[in-house]
Amino acid sequence: MNKALLTYLVWPLVKFLIAFIIVQLIVVAMTWIERRLLGFIQARLGPNRVGPWGLLQGIADPVKLLLKEDILPTSAEKIAYFLGPMLPLIPAFVVFALIPYGPPPAFTVTRVNVGLLLILAITSTAVYGIILGGWASNNKYSLMGGLRSAAQMVSYEVPFGLSIVGVLMITGSLDLVQIVRYQETNAWNFLPQLVACFIFFVSMNAENNRTPFDLPEAESELVAGFHTEYSGMKFAFFMLAEYSMMIVNSCLIVTLFFGGWTFGMFGVGLTTSVLRGMGFFGGILGAAIFFAKVMVFMLVYVWFRATFPRFRFDQLMDLGWKWMIPLALGNIFVTGLFILAGQERLMYWIGLALLGATVFYLGRKPAPRKGIHASRVSEA
Amino acid sequence: MANYSVLLVAALIVVSVPVLTLFIITPLVRASRANKVKLEPYECGIAPTSSAFDHRFSVRYFLIAVLFIVFDVETVFLFPWAIRFKQLGWFGAVEMAAFLAILLIGYFYAWKRKVLSWV
Repeated sequence: MNKALLTYLVWPLVKFLIAFIIVQLIVVAMTWIERRLLGFIQARLGPNRVGPWGLLQGIADPVKLLLKEDILPTSAEKIAYFLGPMLPLIPAFVVFALIPYGPPPAFTVTRVNVGLLLILAITSTAVYGIILGGWASNNKYSLMGGLRSAAQMVSYEVPFGLSIVGVLMITGSLDLVQIVRYQETNAWNFLPQLVACFIFFVSMNAENNRTPFDLPEAESELVAGFHTEYSGMKFAFFMLAEYSMMIVNSCLIVTLFFGGWTFGMFGVGLTTSVLRGMGFFGGILGAAIFFAKVMVFMLVYVWFRATFPRFRFDQLMDLGWKWMIPLALGNIFVTGLFILAGQERLMYWIGLALLGATVFYLGRKPAPRKGIHASRVSEA
Repeated sequence: MANYSVLLVAALIVVSVPVLTLFIITPLVRASRANKVKLEPYECGIAPTSSAFDHRFSVRYFLIAVLFIVFDVETVFLFPWAIRFKQLGWFGAVEMAAFLAILLIGYFYAWKRKVLSWV
């Protein structure tokens, strides 16, 4: 076989399919983990009937959805109605070809020097499917859900992009492999870019329409938002795209801010050269570290869903436009000043101090509540 | 360019997943007992009196979309600058500060005209 064809197409495709299967397994696992964890947090059991501890729930659900009746509303716009669930799947899956899972070149599918820009470009097309599906259903709830979703994803796209700029200023590359290699010799980027990391994390929750930003599918107001009219496999595709995008964004935050496949800072610990020294096993270990970090963020999504109440729509827009964007621009400004002054190391200490202050503030003993709330509780 | 070729093939594979499922597998196995009421748009059991296509929505969605274009182009413009930031030094910083200042005038104008507050 042609050698160029083998190195540029066949091997990357095989790796892409392996990554694709692993990601699908995580999605299937997450549907079970999420409901089980939510159950435990809310002091109930969660799904525990199908198989041991309900483990086979992830298989039972797709089978059920496959057998469900596929409803095509009479007044719907037929072509757009079919395109709706299919469009968000494509960006959510293709992006997995661009993420480095372990030490290159063996554990990257393909290495593109503008990888990050390409990922942002591809993922931002996911909004089309949602607004198209919401409009084509010809249902007022769907329309409102689709519009809200579009406005929300579009609003948080801006702080999402701006928070990455700070990382780019420090690392000086759009290549995700380069960004990870920079972090293993210096500190992980969440230390010098703590504010950017926070903005990125909030925006990625908002982009995925996850609680506390799940307004497009606010069930108390909009029935089910943009997928009110969808049933069976079409509904499943919307959910599949949502969970895949959650994994994509977790992969991105791990790569940009938490050192990707490495487990060490300042050249100490499990860095790329150490992992390479271990041969193929080292690569597997790197990928395992990467997916372990990704799973931490996936669990944080679930934790958030169990903990936070939903925003109101004007609060959501205020947060995005009036707080996140100025904060992100300010972060770029401060980062620029520190780099120009040649004081990059000072940012680590400031990040550490901010982190310590936040942990101290959140961990302190809450003051006893007074006023309406406390009196209501005592009445009950 | 060779590095990008796999993306195209990956996209084709990915497209085949929903197409195969929706048009070949599900029609074979799914239930199909549609009736007139079931195929109506869902409005909590009451027959819809108007089409959602005629439904009006707030102009603010449009304003947000316009503002988004401005800010997203700005973000894309910041990316190449951020990569070369250390090489450009003070010259690049001042240049970008001037660009951002012009943009921020528009941002605060929109803020003062209450485009950003959603009531």
